[in-house]
Amino acid sequence: MIQAIAFYFFATIVVASAVMVVMARNPVHSVLWLILAFFNAAGLMVLLGAEFIAMLLVIVYVGAVAVLFLFVVMMLDIDFAAMRAGFSRNAPLGLLIAAVLLAELLLAVGAYNAGGLTLGTAAGDAVQAADTSNIEALGALLYGRYIILFEIAGIILLVAMIGAIVLTFQPPKPGARARQDVGKQIRRRPEDATVMKNPEIGQGIEL
Amino acid sequence: MIGIEHYLVVGAILFVLGVLGIFLNRKNVIVILMAVELILLAVNLNLVAFSAFLNDLTGQVFAMLVLTVAAAEAAIGLAILVIYFRTRGSIAVDDINRMKG
Repeated sequence: MIQAIAFYFFATIVVASAVMVVMARNPVHSVLWLILAFFNAAGLMVLLGAEFIAMLLVIVYVGAVAVLFLFVVMMLDIDFAAMRAGFSRNAPLGLLIAAVLLAELLLAVGAYNAGGLTLGTAAGDAVQAADTSNIEALGALLYGRYIILFEIAGIILLVAMIGAIVLTFQPPKPGARARQDVGKQIRRRPEDATVMKNPEIGQGIEL
Repeated sequence: MIGIEHYLVVGAILFVLGVLGIFLNRKNVIVILMAVELILLAVNLNLVAFSAFLNDLTGQVFAMLVLTVAAAEAAIGLAILVIYFRTRGSIAVDDINRMKG
């Protein structure tokens, strides 16, 4: 009973906040609704016993991706009112496509419920043992059989990081700020930089 | 009792809302990126639900990889957005088809 209440609680908030992400007038509000959606999706996953993925969702999305979105939304000075101009014009097409997709997906779920086709059972070699926690079992799997996938995920993140840095890096403009040229500093000799003068007293000196 | 179909329905609704968001906010790239994140969340929910109900952890490993790709995609997408805004002063999607070199 308590599971059903928790499920419907989380599911309702996920769907409602997803609607608000799409509909909100202000993109900052959209990001905040997105955070709520991810938080409650994490709740749904905890309900399934997948606590590692749930915590990952909270850390990665709420901690990193949502903050990134907030930074960009607030950094760019954009007229968001003009952005909404096509909202009502695009609405019929969007709603039509959404209705078709939803009908198809619900048809699939309904057919699955009717039991028309047999779903293969899991192979059984990645079953979570009863006496291990989710994180322990997942870690054994991730650092064992799926180590290559894990490494590839790391490479993907590295490439994304370098790509983002390269894309947004602005080399300093020439003359904007004095830059240090170490070679030039080392090549500088005393005889080039200084000159010896021995002026007469009262004559002054011309450089 | 809550079965897998409940989770599948939630995933389906989230996916459809993501697609709807792409079509409704065709001018605002930031909201489009957020809608893509919603779609990936729906995928993750389905993977984790099947993983739990079939008692096979492979689905959760795949969900982690989807999460990785989603984070990378958000970072690259927002970086492209920032440099586009820097050069053009707007992020209207209608103008982006004129991206010549």
